[in-house]
Amino acid sequence: MSIARYLTALYLMAVGLAFLPYPGHAQQGPLRIEITEGVIEPLPFAVSSFVSEAPGATTFADSISQVIGQNLSGTGLFREIPRGAFISQVTNFDSPVQYADWKAINAQALITGSVNVASDGRLIVKFRLFDVFSEAPLGEGLQFVGDTEDWRRMAHKVSDQVYSRITGEAGYFDSRIVFVSETGPKNAREKRLAVMDYDGANLQFLTDASAIVLAPRFSPQGDRVLYTSYETGFPQIYELNVASVQRRQLNVPAEAMTFAPRYAPNGQTVVFSLAQRGNTDIYTLDLSSGQSQRLTSAPSIETAPSFSPDGSQIVFESDRSGSQQLYVMPARGGEPRRISFGPGRYGTPVWSPRGDLVAFTKQNEGRFHIGVMRTDGSEERLLTASFLDEGPTWSPNGRVIMFTRETAGATGRPALFSVDISGRNLRRVPIDGAGSDPAWSPLLQ
Amino acid sequence: MTLTRYALLLTAVAVLGACSTSADRFGTGTTDAAAGIGTSGLGDPSDPTSLAYFQQTVGDRVLFVVDQSTLTPAGQSTVAQQAAFLTSNPEYTAIIEGHADERGTREYNLALGARRASAVQDFLVTQGVAPNRLQTVTYGKERPLEVCSDEACYSQNRRAVTVLAAGLGS
Repeated sequence: MSIARYLTALYLMAVGLAFLPYPGHAQQGPLRIEITEGVIEPLPFAVSSFVSEAPGATTFADSISQVIGQNLSGTGLFREIPRGAFISQVTNFDSPVQYADWKAINAQALITGSVNVASDGRLIVKFRLFDVFSEAPLGEGLQFVGDTEDWRRMAHKVSDQVYSRITGEAGYFDSRIVFVSETGPKNAREKRLAVMDYDGANLQFLTDASAIVLAPRFSPQGDRVLYTSYETGFPQIYELNVASVQRRQLNVPAEAMTFAPRYAPNGQTVVFSLAQRGNTDIYTLDLSSGQSQRLTSAPSIETAPSFSPDGSQIVFESDRSGSQQLYVMPARGGEPRRISFGPGRYGTPVWSPRGDLVAFTKQNEGRFHIGVMRTDGSEERLLTASFLDEGPTWSPNGRVIMFTRETAGATGRPALFSVDISGRNLRRVPIDGAGSDPAWSPLLQ
Repeated sequence: MTLTRYALLLTAVAVLGACSTSADRFGTGTTDAAAGIGTSGLGDPSDPTSLAYFQQTVGDRVLFVVDQSTLTPAGQSTVAQQAAFLTSNPEYTAIIEGHADERGTREYNLALGARRASAVQDFLVTQGVAPNRLQTVTYGKERPLEVCSDEACYSQNRRAVTVLAAGLGS
C-alpha cells in the first residue's frame, strides 16, 4: 500500500440517503453530550454489526462496525455495549428498529449500517444513528462511497458523524498523525518521519534513516510537512510533499542552523528559528518569494513558535527572563507579552485550532507536564505528569492533545500518548516501536 | 460523480496496484546515524600532531552546568589547550558540537546546544584561532553519550565536543 492511496481518498464522498426515507422524523432529540464541562459517565451506545449486502462485503462490514466502536469508546465520552448483550440483531438496514430491545440493554444511541460492493468494486457504506429513548433517528442516514482500501476512512467518517451529532462538535477520527519513528539504542537513535491514521493504523514512512529528523508539522491542507533534518550535517528546515515524498530544503541563509518550522494558517508563510553565533531568534519565510524576515532580535533563546488560527499572533518560548517562558507577539513581530507566570519552565506552546487555548510543556520540580492555559495565560491546568512528557499537538476539533512520553534510563523509549483537554482519558497511541514528536493533521476532506 | 472524476479514480487505483504492499518504500536502508566523533585513523597518541593526542591529552570536550553555556574554569583551560593545538597544527579545521542532557524540551535544547558550541568557538577565537577554521553544530539532546537518567550521565551529556578534520584549513 502506498501513500498514493490517499489520493484516491479524495473521491470518497458522502451523500444523504434522501432516497431511503426512514419512518419517523429526524429530530434533535434529548440525546446530547455536553463536553464543555468534561464527561464523567460515558454514554452507552450499541453498534449493530453492519449488514453485508454482497458476498465481498462481509469482512468490511465486520471491520467497519468494529472501528466505529473503537473510535467512539476511545474518546472516553462513549461506552460501547458488547454485542453479546444484544437482544435483537439488525439483519436488514431498512427494517424498523426494535427500540424496546435496545432500551432494555440501556443503549442510549444505536448505530446501524450496511456495506455493499458497487459494480466498479468500490464499497458503499450506509449508516443511521438512532436516539433509542426518543425512538427517532438522530440526523439523516448517510452513504459513503470509496475504494476498498479506504474502508477505515469510511468507518472514521461514520464515527465523525456520530460524534458530531451527539456532541454538537466536529469529530477528529478521519485525520492523520505525522511523527518521528525511532529505533536503535538511546545514544544512536535512528529517526524517520512517518505518517499514520489518528489511531495508529496505515503507517507509512516518509524518510529513510540516514539523517536525524525532528518535529514535523502538517500544512493547513495536510498535503505537506515541515520538519528539521540533519541531511547536510547541520539542522536545517525542509518541506516534504506527503503524497510524492519529494522534499526540498527551504531557502534560508546558508551556514545557518534552522529548526522549529511551522506553517502560518495561510500555508504560505513559515515561521522558524535560526541560530547564528549561538543566538537563536524567530524568523518567517515566504514560501513563494523565498523572502525571510526576522521577527525577534534578542540575545536570549527564542524558539518553538506557533501561529494563532487567525494568523494574527505568534506564541513562542523565550528565556529572556532567565528561564524558559511563553510569550505572545504580533505575527509581524513587535513587543512580546509574557503569558506564563507559574513556577517552573514553560516550552513548546501550541495554539489550539479553536483559538481559545495554548497547550504547552511544563517542567517543574523534576517532572514534565502537558498543560493548557488561556491565551492570556490565565486558567492554567496541567493534564499529565511523568518523567518526560513534551510536545503537545491538538486534534482538529481542539478536544484532544497528543504528545511524546519518554521513559527514563538506558532502555528509555519515547511513545505517543493522547489525553482529553479535561485531563481524562489518557491513552497510549498504538504504534509499532517507539515514536516521538506527533503532529495532528486537519480533518481530512 | 462525473465521468472525469470516475476516470481519475481508475487511474489512481491503477497506481495503487503497482505499489508494494510494504509500508516502507525505502527498504531497510543503511544508516550513518552515529553522528559525532569517529574513532578510526586517530594516529599515534604520542604524536603531538595526531587526533589521538588531541582527544586524549589536550581534551576534545568541555562540560557545562545545567541549562548554562558559560565555560567553567576547567572548560576554559581545556579550550585554551585546544587553541594552542590548533595554532601549532594549522592543517586542522574544527566543528564544535553542542549537546544538552535529556531534561529539556527538544527545540530549546537545540538552541542551548548552539549556545554551548558557540561559547567554545568564541573562546578559541579569543585565543587566536582563525574563525574560518571553526564551525558549530547543535545536536540538542539527540546524541547523548551516556544513557542513564541520572546526574552522573546528564553531566557527561551537557558538553561541547571539538571535532577535528584535516585538510581544509589554510
